[in-house]
Amino acid sequence: MSTPPPHGTQAIQRAFALLRAVADSARPLPLAELSRRVGLRPPTAHRILGALVAEGLLDRVERVERDGAGMGYCVGRRARALGALAPLAGQQKPPRTTPFFARELEHHASFGWRDWSGVAGATSYEPTYHREYWAIRNAAAIIDVSPLFKYEIRGPQAEALANRIFTRDFRKCRPGQVMYTCWLDDDGKLLQDGNVVRLAPDRFRATAAHPTLRWFQDCGHGIDAEVAEVTEDYAALSVQGPRSRAVLVAAARDRAHAERLAALPYFRAAEADIAGCPVLVTRTGFTGDLGYEVWIAPADAETVWDALFHHGEAHGAMPVGLVAMDQARVEAGLALIDIDFVSAAHALLEGRKSAPHEMGLAWTVKPSPDRDFVGRAALERAVAEGFRTRLVGIEVSWMELERVHAPYGLRPQNPHHPPSREPGALYAPYGAEDGRQVGQVTSQAFSPLLKKQVGLASVDARFAEPGTALELEMMVDYKRVRASARVAHLPFYDPPHKRDDVTIDEVQGARA
Amino acid sequence: MSARSWDAVVVGGGHNGLVSAAYLARAGLRVQVLERRERVGGATVTEEPYPGFRYSVFSYLVSLLRPEVIHDLDLVRHGLFLVPLESTLNPLPGGDELYREADSNRTFANVARHSRRDAEAYVEYRLRMTQLAQLVHELQATAPPDLVDGAAADEDAAALAALARRYVQAPRDLIFTFLQALTTSAESLLDQWFESAPLKAALATSSIIGSFVSPRSPGSAYVLLHHYMGEIDGVYRAWGWQKGGTGGLAEVIARAARSLGADIRLDAQVQRVLVEDGEVCGVVLEDGEEVRARVVLSSLAPQASLGRFLDPGLLPEELLDRAMRWQSFGCSGKVNLALDRVPRFASRPEPGPHLAGGMSIAPDLDYVERAFEDAKYGGWSRRPFADLVIPSCLDPDMAPPGKHVMSCFVQYAPYALSGADWADQREAFGDAVIDVLEEHMPGLRESILHRQVLVPPDIERIVGIPGGNIFHGELRMSQLFVNRPGARAAAYRTPVPGYYLCGSSTHPGGGISGAPGRLAALRVLRDLDRPAEVSATAATGSGA
Repeated sequence: MSTPPPHGTQAIQRAFALLRAVADSARPLPLAELSRRVGLRPPTAHRILGALVAEGLLDRVERVERDGAGMGYCVGRRARALGALAPLAGQQKPPRTTPFFARELEHHASFGWRDWSGVAGATSYEPTYHREYWAIRNAAAIIDVSPLFKYEIRGPQAEALANRIFTRDFRKCRPGQVMYTCWLDDDGKLLQDGNVVRLAPDRFRATAAHPTLRWFQDCGHGIDAEVAEVTEDYAALSVQGPRSRAVLVAAARDRAHAERLAALPYFRAAEADIAGCPVLVTRTGFTGDLGYEVWIAPADAETVWDALFHHGEAHGAMPVGLVAMDQARVEAGLALIDIDFVSAAHALLEGRKSAPHEMGLAWTVKPSPDRDFVGRAALERAVAEGFRTRLVGIEVSWMELERVHAPYGLRPQNPHHPPSREPGALYAPYGAEDGRQVGQVTSQAFSPLLKKQVGLASVDARFAEPGTALELEMMVDYKRVRASARVAHLPFYDPPHKRDDVTIDEVQGARA
Repeated sequence: MSARSWDAVVVGGGHNGLVSAAYLARAGLRVQVLERRERVGGATVTEEPYPGFRYSVFSYLVSLLRPEVIHDLDLVRHGLFLVPLESTLNPLPGGDELYREADSNRTFANVARHSRRDAEAYVEYRLRMTQLAQLVHELQATAPPDLVDGAAADEDAAALAALARRYVQAPRDLIFTFLQALTTSAESLLDQWFESAPLKAALATSSIIGSFVSPRSPGSAYVLLHHYMGEIDGVYRAWGWQKGGTGGLAEVIARAARSLGADIRLDAQVQRVLVEDGEVCGVVLEDGEEVRARVVLSSLAPQASLGRFLDPGLLPEELLDRAMRWQSFGCSGKVNLALDRVPRFASRPEPGPHLAGGMSIAPDLDYVERAFEDAKYGGWSRRPFADLVIPSCLDPDMAPPGKHVMSCFVQYAPYALSGADWADQREAFGDAVIDVLEEHMPGLRESILHRQVLVPPDIERIVGIPGGNIFHGELRMSQLFVNRPGARAAAYRTPVPGYYLCGSSTHPGGGISGAPGRLAALRVLRDLDRPAEVSATAATGSGA
């Protein structure tokens, strides 16, 4: 040691020595052993260990020993989660996190984080994601969706700019309404899709998966409106599931706010107050279930999180990670950028770009003679020529899964497999097109609810009719096999409560 | 109503009766289901005795439901919604526990706290049991031959021969384990693998469910295997909660049956089966009304199906005798609790995922054996075994927000008490259950808002199963496969032309599998020369 440590750091050094000793051990160490290794008296070590446990850097656990007895110390949940983040950060700088990060760590009991637009997103909080999936379908899921990019379009001609950028007609979007839309490049190819809420006659807010400030601004040439990025101005929680409404109603500050949230229709927005924090609530989501997204000032993030969990417990609310949400969105038939389609801004090959009609989004492009959005002319030419591929649902029945596994001595073991983003080839059956490949599945998942394998696929338009028999390539025992599949209507799961309208009495009185 | 003519009448609207009806209707038959109660379900019912608190009154979990039944009857479209239980908690004395959770590495560590050897053995055990379950799962989809009725045997000969070939080809050590499982006690099976008492007890609980045996009784290993045959999405020994309780599942199957054209009539108690010129031609209801049909299927236990419903002269004496001696004395009770707050375990005081799993009170084999000792001599267990689920933690619709319901399946509560009457003993037994639970869940007693105690005579009275046995008859070799319910009636046919059995007292037995109902319906359709397009489970092999 070349320079003596500054005064007052002794306790910190001792704490680090204890942390190192615990981290170096494969199994929990008891107090006596730790004191010996670090060279401290047990009472001193005990005092420091207590502080480390309180901070979540160490956990006090029962030791796994043959003699059975005694408590020991192991690396704590918060320290583990921080360690898990190291790869995301390249170990150079701390990773970017959302305003809910500290709260997420308290729930986080897995090793799973995923890079979402450069921000740490929990893949699952529990070691396995299955209960989180069922929370979406059966109770209430609380999902941190803060990493979404957010933009505001403001000004006297905000509506005109929205109508120039987006394919939907925003003259029909009243304040307090949300529209799902896509936006295209000049060649009529899909750039992105997202939700746009009209906050006021002259103010819209859009969400996007990729940064798009420059594109939005460039579209505004000659229009009296400004575009501002507000990504960091809002934290967001997606509250999804049949009990999501009951959770929000319970968390609302007073009866008036509760009534407004209870009565909020599908794809509408309302301002509300949760635990003294003003929030915007939109009845939107990415799960195909009843659900809401809550837009919160970052300073209020933890307060709103706490209130939602406090009131959500009685409704089975759980923090839910990205794997479970992915499973739900496949069942909901929601195509995902970078997975099911490539943004025209990122496609290296022309053939990888998609028109909205090829992604099941033709409904977002209603031509009207007095409106001109970016890409319209090119898209209309393409429509006249027709499209060669279509987004479809693909399903493989349980009995078919059994059939393809049986020759290898296996039963399907689907619940162990999380939803897959690995592409899978789709073939025409023999006899049609000589069994050649006619498309690819881009997302697939075994649905424990629907009891079949479901997937999103891009197929040759001639094979896109629901009910068409295709063959899906799967791997069983490391062998490529072809399972009989069928083209299916999307969404696979579409519960009536997703878009129903109720009153507050029904929310509070009935069992949701 | 009586003016309508039916191809088939199904007596009893429990899950098997409904499955039979749905398969028959699916093949184009005009089907009438007759249910004695005011609701379908039999022992698969959900009731709401207190506003907002819903009990899955008798049966409570689903595992054995056959995938081919789910598929053929399109049960998902009709509302099948099975939430899997991801963990099992066995609380132990002194605030200790054995916790098996969804994550296998965590389970390993949890078992290792009791024995590192067992943690490793448990991995192997599960693999072996999966191979065994793969070997036998086809049995659930295969009709047994009738050892006396040769015609039935011939029809199934091909399927059975294929099955037999697979058994011959299976690895020797697997066949050895299989033969052990058929004959030995659960304890001797488990002793070969494990040394720690809590794990052995936890695994042995499957060997006594619904059965008047202890883990030390020969034959209990089969009951364990029977429960291993259940699966959810290919995972054996997995249990699921149907949204709305098992009554929800009965409603799902009923909807499927109705959508396929079957008619379900409630409050219709059958008095006897109508036989003219030696052939079945319908049934007679309690009020004398005749419901005529070409075939009749009874999902009731043999004492009713072969006894009460038929003129004794119609059956061979040995079959009638067997029906009347059918072992269906129940020994399982049910305590349903409405709770003011979520229960807290001494070993795990904070709410967590364990509350959405299964929990059972069986700290070691001696504990279970003592519970059985009480029952052997006609008493109820002073310290009962209990298998617990908190439905409201799996399904928020089962209780008002913040409140809970708890389902406690308990043993042993023998049907007939010696020197006492259940009417006087029922609540004392309930108290004994709560006493045991309180030890592991301090404060539980104070949180109880309402308690329902059901013992076998209640099951008999309400559901109609003679003796109140949850499986419609003990699962033991003398009552399985070709012996269920006995020669001349084992292949779903009876000696009376046109009269069939389709309930849990036929192969492959109890549990919410729908398998007996399905196999019986397929038998009827073949006899009527109405081939039906149905799924067949694929022969998987042992994987070895």
